[in-house]
Amino acid sequence: MRMPDPDADVIARRAAIARALRRIVPGEGVIVDEDALRAYECDGLSAYRQPPLIVVLPSTTEQVSTVLRYCHDNGVKIVPRGAGTSLSGGALPLADAVTLGLGKFNRILDIDIENRCVVAQPGVTNLAITTAVQDQGFYYAPDPSSQIACSIGGNVAENAGGVHCLKYGLTTNNLLGVEMVLMTGEVIRLGGKHLDPGGYDLMGVVTGSEGLLGVITEVTVRILRAPETARAVLMGFPDTDSAAATVADIIARGIIPAGLEMMDKPAIHAAEDFVHADYPLDVEALLICELDGPEAEVTHLIERVEAIARDKGATSLRVSTSDAERALFWAGRKAAFPAVGRISPDYYCMDGTIPRHALPTVLKRTAEMSTRYGLRCANVFHAGDGNLHPLILFDANVPDELERAEAFGAEILKLCVEVGGVLTGEHGVGVEKRDLMGEMFSDIDLQQQQRLKCAFDPGQFLNPGKVFPTLHRCAELGRMHLSGGSMPFPDIPRF
Amino acid sequence: MTQSYRPDTPEQVAELVAWAAAETTPLDLRGHGTRADLGCPTNTSHVLDLSGLSGIIDYAPNELVITARAGTSMATIQAALDDAGQMLAFEPPDWRALLGKPDGPDDPPGTLGGLVASNLSGPRRLAAGAARDHVLGIQGVSGRGEAIKSGGRVVKNVTGFDLSKLMTGSFGTLAALTDLSLKVVPRPEESRTVLIRGIGDQAAMEAMSRGLCSPHEVSGACYLPEDVACRSAVAAVRDPGRSVTALRVEGPEPSVVWRSEALRNELSAWGPTDALHTADSAALWAEVRDARLIADPPEAQIWRLSVPPMNGAAVARALEHNAPSALLSWMADWGGGLLWLSLAPTPHAHAAGVRRAVDHHGGGHATLIRASRDVRAHVAVFHPAPAPLEALSRRVKESFDPAGILSPGRMAEGR
Ligand SMILES: Cc1cc2nc3c(=O)[nH]c(=O)nc-3n(C[C@H](O)[C@H](O)[C@H](O)COP(=O)(O)OP(=O)(O)OC[C@H]3O[C@@H](n4cnc5c(N)ncnc54)[C@H](O)[C@@H]3O)c2cc1C
Repeated sequence: MRMPDPDADVIARRAAIARALRRIVPGEGVIVDEDALRAYECDGLSAYRQPPLIVVLPSTTEQVSTVLRYCHDNGVKIVPRGAGTSLSGGALPLADAVTLGLGKFNRILDIDIENRCVVAQPGVTNLAITTAVQDQGFYYAPDPSSQIACSIGGNVAENAGGVHCLKYGLTTNNLLGVEMVLMTGEVIRLGGKHLDPGGYDLMGVVTGSEGLLGVITEVTVRILRAPETARAVLMGFPDTDSAAATVADIIARGIIPAGLEMMDKPAIHAAEDFVHADYPLDVEALLICELDGPEAEVTHLIERVEAIARDKGATSLRVSTSDAERALFWAGRKAAFPAVGRISPDYYCMDGTIPRHALPTVLKRTAEMSTRYGLRCANVFHAGDGNLHPLILFDANVPDELERAEAFGAEILKLCVEVGGVLTGEHGVGVEKRDLMGEMFSDIDLQQQQRLKCAFDPGQFLNPGKVFPTLHRCAELGRMHLSGGSMPFPDIPRF
Repeated sequence: MTQSYRPDTPEQVAELVAWAAAETTPLDLRGHGTRADLGCPTNTSHVLDLSGLSGIIDYAPNELVITARAGTSMATIQAALDDAGQMLAFEPPDWRALLGKPDGPDDPPGTLGGLVASNLSGPRRLAAGAARDHVLGIQGVSGRGEAIKSGGRVVKNVTGFDLSKLMTGSFGTLAALTDLSLKVVPRPEESRTVLIRGIGDQAAMEAMSRGLCSPHEVSGACYLPEDVACRSAVAAVRDPGRSVTALRVEGPEPSVVWRSEALRNELSAWGPTDALHTADSAALWAEVRDARLIADPPEAQIWRLSVPPMNGAAVARALEHNAPSALLSWMADWGGGLLWLSLAPTPHAHAAGVRRAVDHHGGGHATLIRASRDVRAHVAVFHPAPAPLEALSRRVKESFDPAGILSPGRMAEGR
């Protein structure tokens, strides 16, 4: 992976930069020690590692603002970092950049049940928001599998999803407001406790912007009343096609489950060996469908889902009879990544999204690729919204297996785009999918996105080397190449 | 004299915009023009009429997505969705009556692109999200005359910046939209509305909050003061001559029956409740959605405010207090978070007082929806942003439209 060439001048100024940062963030908040820096050298995409120049851990918006202004004025790049669980290398450090960690922003500032929202600092974990309101019967809906560790700020930066997104939306649909610091140190607020920010929807753009536009220092999210009842159905199928047909039919009949997940045989076995969820082992595909709402609705919809599954040839069907059993159904799915980690020295997690109808095609072609690359692949999906997570198993100690795994992964993602889908559903582009952006976007599209980046950060100090395959200078992007013309347009109707 | 162009293809749009950029000739973008008087007036002599870009390109009910040309009439979209038993969950409003446009069955209802460009959402916004939450992908022509795209036809997508959201609500100032993909959902089987009559505004905010904090999945919550309720076409809302607080539940039949009963119990502390069934329920929410109950008198200036829901009544009271004779009527939607105000017309539209009330009650924004062209030329129609945010918004505009030719000044000076 080629990263922008480090700036030798900045590296030479390291000691002076550290001194200046210490004046802004006193005490332990500035890390320069080589061993301590190593803790920050990668995120969840651990194949790529690079110790940062310096780590700074501010604890107030004012400190973030002063740090950014200093770095802006002194030509120092910044890599924002939440909990470092990104699976696309979004928080991968640069040799000549300060990693700005938000771990000290760990307080919930306001729990406002009447207005159904929570105001939190960005370093608060996703799960801590639910924990803070569950006594009062509420929860925060987007639930990435990493929810005990990942930060709400990181969720905003990646527009994180989770199994509940089918019914309740992604981070972007549950976010009411942010406070953000621009690279110049200016602090802006977008949205708040009211709905719709007003003006241009900059909050919509900032969500999922992977640390390229500003540093998020406060987040207001919508919380929901926990449903009265939730029950899950576990359905086993003799082939993946009938499982896919069941998914299509559930959605087509107007049922929007709280979660609708699919696992293939290798994933089922890995998960069962790991958490003993009592999954059927003689099936090729497993669906977990959760329905929530009032008892009357859940009972009604579960019957309909069971009927659909039976009709499509399900060979095993179980409805959870207690919350403990429902949790057990999910335990295997939620632990699928670590479970696969146990059966292979390394695994590589992909994240494309496809239109639901393309599922059988994509599974068939992925299986062919698996044979061709000589690498095993376990599949887990957010089937309801077409978001695939093929897990490619490999051993980094075997020469060329990492390269083969990456090539296999890239081929899956290209296939996703080919069938009308996208490169990433929730994990972000980062460095991982950066060079595949051309599969989805033209040069003009990418240049326009970079111009938007320039509106926020004209010096391109924030997280360079991520998302965009080629870096252009903002001045060059801003130029207009005009092909001035006379104005006949014989073909265009005029009035 | 204004010159109007009506291209039929995205390529023609690109050709026209490229020409306009080269000549620095500003274009006023429009669809059916049903919302032409929404926003600041633009001073352009050329109109880019996008209603020629018409037709559904791909509608796959099973995938819950519809793709259409931006100029497609909402009547066409609506008919296709009706056939498949689906809908746009954000309840797109029809503001023709409010904005003084003809709204008979044969009058143009507005285009899909116009709807997206103004990010308008109805009562279900509080449960299902805004228009912006349902736009999955866009294609358009930037102010450089370049065809650009973002998003796609799938719900889960974080590939690159989410320009679909940025375009939604940008009133044609960033790009001329040519194609749009929107998420659609199944129409609920059943809808019922629980009514509480005769309670005051603060009590109404509390009752709505209680309903929205209950597990009964309330999908609409509005408060109509007595004088507004009296204008309803629904007898059960109009005839008692008292204020109405209404909460809606929707979904599969057995669930709705159960939830509306449970909600009535939950709200019994505020007095006796009543329930509207299918047709009456739909009629009431259509009136609320389209702001029809607040549209008269036609010369009144209309404001639409988004505030923290529990502060809705306090904002209305602050206005009553500051300008007692100016406030003709008001009502609240979105559980108190959306206020509609009807004010006696003045050249300054009471803008300072309205915005002060919002700023003093937890923030939010106030938009001047209806006022004469003259007033809209002098009063900020959209809530003014603090300097750094305004400067950023202008840079965003310049990044898409460096020559400033796409509906310039529609949202604020310079953008
Ligand atoms: C086991 C496992 C399971 C996972 N499951 C899911 C899942 O189900 N769904 C899902 O969506 N993701 C999942 N992820 C991915 C990851 O957890 C999410 O992307 C998460 O949102 C990242 O949050 P973080 O705090 O760790 O951010 P980091 O990894 O620290 O950073 C991610 C990106 O955000 C930027 N950033 C972080 N904080 C800020 C801030 N305050 N301001 C500006 N930019 C910032 C960084 O620069 C970087 O580009 C999983 C990861 C793991 C390891």
